[in-house]
Amino acid sequence: MLGFLKKPVVVTAEINMNLVALTVMGLISRLWGLSYPRAVVFDEVYYGQFVSLYMKRIFFVDDSGPPFGNMLLALGGYLGGFDGNFLWNRIGAEYSINVPVWSLRLLPALAGALCVPLAYQILIELQFSHCAALGAALLILLENSLVTQSRFMLLESILIFFILLAVLSYLKFYNLQRHSSFSGSWWFWLLLTGVACSCAVGVKYMGLFTYVLLLAIAGLHFWHMIGDQNFSNVSLMCHFLARALALIIIPMAMYLSFFYVHLTLLYRSGPHDQIMTSAFQASLEGGLARITQGQPLEVAYGSQITLRNVLGKPLQCWLHSHTNTYPIRYENGRGSSHQQQVTCYPFKDVNNWWIVKDPGMQQLVVSNPPRPVRHGHIVQLVHGITTRYLNTHDVAAPLSPHSQEVSCYIDYNISMPAQNLWRVEILNRESDTDVWKTILSEVRFVHVNTSAVLKASAVIGASLPEWGYRQLEVVGEKLSKGYHQSMVWNVEEHRYGKSQEQKEREVELHSPTQMDISKNLSFMAKFTELQWKILTLKNEDTEHKYSSSALDWITMDTNIAYWLHPTSGAQIHLLGNIVTWASANVAALVYTCLSLWYLVRRRRKIYDIPEGAWQPWVSAGGICVGGWAVNYLPFFLMEKTLFLYHYLPALTFQILLIPIVLQHLSDHLCRSLLLKSMFSALLVAWFSSVYLVYSTFSPVTYGEPALSVTELKDLRWKDSWNILIRKQ
Amino acid sequence: MSASDCPQPQGRPLTSGLGCSRTAADPAGLHLPACPALRPPRTPSPRMRRARPGAGVPRMPAAGGGQAEPGPRGGPLRQRESRRLPARPAAPPAPSAGPARPAALALVTLLSFASRFHRLPEPPHVCWDETHFGKMGSYYINRTFFFDVHPPLGKMLIGLAGYLSGYDGTFPFQKPGDRYEQHNYVGMRGFCAFLGSCLVPFAYLIVLELSKSLPAALLAAFILIFDTGCITLSQYILLDPILMFFLMGAVLSMVKCNSCADRPFSASWWFWLSLTGVNLAGAMGVKFVGLFVVLLVGLNTIYDLWDLLGNLSLSLVMFGKHLLARVLCLILLPLALYAAMFAVHFTVLNKSGPGDGFFSSAFQSQLIGNNLHNVSVPEHLAYGSVVTMKNLRMAGGYLHSHWHLYPEGIGARQQQVTAYLHKDLNNLWIIKKHDSDTDLSDPSSPVEFVRHGDIIRLEHKETSRNLHSHQHEAPLTRKHFQVTGYGINGTGDSNDFWRIEVVGRKAGKLIKVLRSQVRLTHVATGCILGSSGKTLPKWGWEQVEVTCTPYLKESPNSLWNFEDHINPKLPNISLDVLKPSFAEMLLESHMVMIRGNSGLKPKDNEVTSKPWHWPINYQGLRFSGVNETDYRVYLLGNPVIWWLNLVTIGLYLLIAVSTAVALKRGVQLTTELKELSRVVLRGGGQITLGWLLHYFPFFMMGRVLYFHHYFPAMLFSSMLTGITWDALLKFCAGFLSPSTTARKVYRGGFLTLVLLITYSFYLFHPLSYGMIGPMASDPSSPMAGLRWMDSWEF
Repeated sequence: MLGFLKKPVVVTAEINMNLVALTVMGLISRLWGLSYPRAVVFDEVYYGQFVSLYMKRIFFVDDSGPPFGNMLLALGGYLGGFDGNFLWNRIGAEYSINVPVWSLRLLPALAGALCVPLAYQILIELQFSHCAALGAALLILLENSLVTQSRFMLLESILIFFILLAVLSYLKFYNLQRHSSFSGSWWFWLLLTGVACSCAVGVKYMGLFTYVLLLAIAGLHFWHMIGDQNFSNVSLMCHFLARALALIIIPMAMYLSFFYVHLTLLYRSGPHDQIMTSAFQASLEGGLARITQGQPLEVAYGSQITLRNVLGKPLQCWLHSHTNTYPIRYENGRGSSHQQQVTCYPFKDVNNWWIVKDPGMQQLVVSNPPRPVRHGHIVQLVHGITTRYLNTHDVAAPLSPHSQEVSCYIDYNISMPAQNLWRVEILNRESDTDVWKTILSEVRFVHVNTSAVLKASAVIGASLPEWGYRQLEVVGEKLSKGYHQSMVWNVEEHRYGKSQEQKEREVELHSPTQMDISKNLSFMAKFTELQWKILTLKNEDTEHKYSSSALDWITMDTNIAYWLHPTSGAQIHLLGNIVTWASANVAALVYTCLSLWYLVRRRRKIYDIPEGAWQPWVSAGGICVGGWAVNYLPFFLMEKTLFLYHYLPALTFQILLIPIVLQHLSDHLCRSLLLKSMFSALLVAWFSSVYLVYSTFSPVTYGEPALSVTELKDLRWKDSWNILIRKQ
Repeated sequence: MSASDCPQPQGRPLTSGLGCSRTAADPAGLHLPACPALRPPRTPSPRMRRARPGAGVPRMPAAGGGQAEPGPRGGPLRQRESRRLPARPAAPPAPSAGPARPAALALVTLLSFASRFHRLPEPPHVCWDETHFGKMGSYYINRTFFFDVHPPLGKMLIGLAGYLSGYDGTFPFQKPGDRYEQHNYVGMRGFCAFLGSCLVPFAYLIVLELSKSLPAALLAAFILIFDTGCITLSQYILLDPILMFFLMGAVLSMVKCNSCADRPFSASWWFWLSLTGVNLAGAMGVKFVGLFVVLLVGLNTIYDLWDLLGNLSLSLVMFGKHLLARVLCLILLPLALYAAMFAVHFTVLNKSGPGDGFFSSAFQSQLIGNNLHNVSVPEHLAYGSVVTMKNLRMAGGYLHSHWHLYPEGIGARQQQVTAYLHKDLNNLWIIKKHDSDTDLSDPSSPVEFVRHGDIIRLEHKETSRNLHSHQHEAPLTRKHFQVTGYGINGTGDSNDFWRIEVVGRKAGKLIKVLRSQVRLTHVATGCILGSSGKTLPKWGWEQVEVTCTPYLKESPNSLWNFEDHINPKLPNISLDVLKPSFAEMLLESHMVMIRGNSGLKPKDNEVTSKPWHWPINYQGLRFSGVNETDYRVYLLGNPVIWWLNLVTIGLYLLIAVSTAVALKRGVQLTTELKELSRVVLRGGGQITLGWLLHYFPFFMMGRVLYFHHYFPAMLFSSMLTGITWDALLKFCAGFLSPSTTARKVYRGGFLTLVLLITYSFYLFHPLSYGMIGPMASDPSSPMAGLRWMDSWEF
């Protein structure tokens, strides 16, 4: 017990001072003057809104990716005590005093700073020398574009941090594999790989590329283990299950948990409500829930309802009619039925109310007990205010001549009979006798006479001309191939009709609906819907002043101006260290050529480098070239607007390759001492040039000091760079 | 060669004694996987002898002893041989195989032709895409130039077939449902049906070559014969049978060539290798989808070469020869043939036609009847000239304006400026100086040329309004500025000034008609005149939007050339210098085709076929007829076959993974299982790769997709079904102890499959051969009760 009395307690700590120094340098380079400029810089204008909405707990949909990244940024705001009150409307706008700029930018900056020691560690784990590892870390440290991207409220640095963390933990795990399987640290690194991967995917979908790469590498390594006869079948199975748990199950669970937190945090209704279904909207506090609480659930004969089109794009709209009729002749000379217009109207209105009527009965009120409408029932829809029946017939619709016109029937006594029977088809039914439910049921109305389907032809430009008050067109679609949301409707507001007399009914329709029960969606239903919306929402605009094509990135033919001082010439650009970019490209090229050469020679049983050097060379290539390729090449297939910062993850991998190639060249190709020393001299010269370029461009990286016009002009090393020069 | 293919060189018993003696005792065992080491040598071909020097020696003792000798194996060369060594004996033994295989081939060929040619002339009206491809065949007969998104070979062959069968090219093929009347269309349909019928024997031969098993080959062939989708797709004037013919031809020749690998540079090796090249060119020449089979063959060739490189007994010189032979036959030969196709295409189509507007001015000048053919115009642009300006993007159209205004709410209410694809008087503009409005048409005034960097004004000839732009948003591309026609009789404001610049020239140079690529910069706002390529709504007469883009990116959208040029004061010169070279024409037509393809985007609310629909046979295509009285043909795969194929893919993956893991774990397999695993991994792998390559790229395509795009992949899937079920049945039969039971199970399983396929074809054959009478929802219809999925529309 009292051993310390006999022997002193000795704590030996091994601290890699290189690593500490690198971390400190990383922190200095990323955190120095972090709250300058105190103005909105580039995409902060975009992410800032989400931070504000998180602070106010208002629901939103960010179609650019999953919520984890936004949540991390919001965490910074939360820690800094941000109340969310700032109008994010313009790049360059001054922050008001309540915005904690420093803490908002802290997390991305920390992530960016930690990439430096991570790079060092990755090279060590790849079994390269400390010198090479130091080189990699310094190159990351002195990469202007990474510095710029880390210093603001942006997601790329966080993404890169998680990617590198995932790679490092996988390598640690793999190196432990040989001697200590299933040990504590083995489990730790394996689990950390999965966690880091899911975080990367949660920040941006781009993280998926690295995740897939790591899965492939893990699969390959496991394949080699299968061939190893030293493992028994049982231990192989255990290994497999451990990997499946850590690399597949845990990431999936984490991904779900991000959404869980997201949906738990955001419970108030907000600006993006109308993208979601009525059921989703009803689950949010305020908004639709205020109206729909306590509605009767089952639609019955005599129910008064509003019908919302499920598509909700470009505008949400409700089935609508009003006393005006279709013009006898349209502008282009085609004729119409001259009956009452039926449209889709993007605002709440008393004319959006319809009454479900049983064709066999006259009454327009709900009987006691209510008779619910079921899937397959035939109904008539009566417009509440005008008491006319929803009708369609073989007359060309005003804007879509291939579809049938939909009208509210007026009997002109001209041998055009009423065709107002509709079959209710519930699309998300569980059985064929399902009851039509408010909000939850997605319904299609099939016309009995012509089997046309009621559809809102909600394309841009489908709003009716003056005579239709620019409301949206509704048609009967004859060739209804399959499922499309524009043909699906759901009941939003609903109440049981009580008044048989038209006068009373009008009063009833004008009165607000009364509610008391709320309908809660399960988390999985909400998650599925939100995930689907994130993946399918598309932004219209595909052009931006600083957008670029993937091909421009390799040679850095493009830059992005992030911020310009309102008066002086101080400005911030996303602009890389051109020497590093060029060297990284050369390194990738040299690596590929050398590897091909070695491979072909090895195939002929000629071994140029010892087997001990070959393995690290291959795995380094798998990670660095592979990482570069998976993070870069997919952009050629993408149709979205691309920016230079999309290249940064790929670039990081490419930079890691430089010291690998250099060390290989000096170890295996510089045979003589003279060559080696010449090579070292060259290295020193090259590295000084990297530093020189870094310091030359640091004014546009940090935004300080302000440069004069001639100095700015001198920085324009490439004609395609867009350095902002103030007109005198 | 992967490690899994080559047997461990030493020490492992090749087969269990029991299995071998059993098979040996039963020489009549037709289809059972035989123990190769035991089978008495059946009329060994010279090829076999060369491949297996002294192979007979280890065989006989093995038969007696039950344990096979290790055999004289080892070293890379031996490994190569041993890989194809077990292939032979797995086939049925000689006595029955002699007549069986040709007979089987004849049978499937006969059935195939019978099923494809049955009721070929029905229905006697235009069906579905016949309206396009029949029309294009007619264009070849009439030698009229047209534009299509596919390369020309398929349509040329259709045209040729029509020409040879006496069709005169006069039928207009206006829309589906038009009656052919007296026109001879059966020749063209017959040609397609002939090529479609060839798919079955091709599939048979491929599977036979890969699996060496007659039942597998027969199963694959029966699947294709009795698939309603394949029949329907082969019976009409379409590109698909032609494409699939070349595609399967390429795969067949590739497989044949692989099996000649043991005697490289022999006549048959050269024959199959060059035939592969020819078929590749054919597939590429029909549709760009042919690229996938090129990839398949390319991957196979790389694998093959890698294998040869690892063979140290092959000198580098020999390897070089191998490499050169492949470059010659698989790269140069197809390229030459492909270019030749286009040469024929350009030579045959020398008259102006409906496709002119898609091509550049230089291209158009080659077409007889086009207004640019043999013209002579003034060479340099001068003030006062009347010109038309063509946008350089594909189908960008001519700069156009007309008396109509932009509607209210869309920018300023000024005159519309659009891009218009057709030639029209409203495309004419007059070039004027920005600062003076002297009447330049006065013959006495001196000619002044327009120079690079000049500031000009463009006046619309018909309406006398100036080309104008201002900082209002453009109608569709909201981030661009609106372009309008402004001013009265040429008097406007400073927003009418444009700087004219030629790409790649210095200031002060003259501007050439047709040849100069010109950029118009708006002086006041600095934006560039361009065409966004988006179609305006009704108010803009569905012409193309013209905008002024503030993004100064170089792209053909914002470049123009001057096409017509009228200036009486200038001497005309002939424009024969413009004549594009063959390479330029080839390049241009490819650019136009590629852009045309990517332009086939689904409209916003259109319901389109999704790739995941296809393997589950979710929805077909209506070829002909809608109503009860019509003769209705519906392109839909035989659901039994398609679902069998779908299940088989999953089954195959399961089998392949477990086989690969077993081999990797070094599980000791009997010879027959080893042979089976080789067929599954190597043969099945090639076919699966083909399926993947012909299916998955569609998920990444943005263009409109149709159900029939899946059929090439479906061919591979069917062949895979043949191979997998054969392997599976053999594997199951291998576990049963008396060989008679095993054989019964094997035959029974095979027969069940074939009967199932045949019966389902009997049920569904009206889909291809025409349904008349009530729809399937009516109980009196022959198809009643067969509408198993709601999405099928028959």
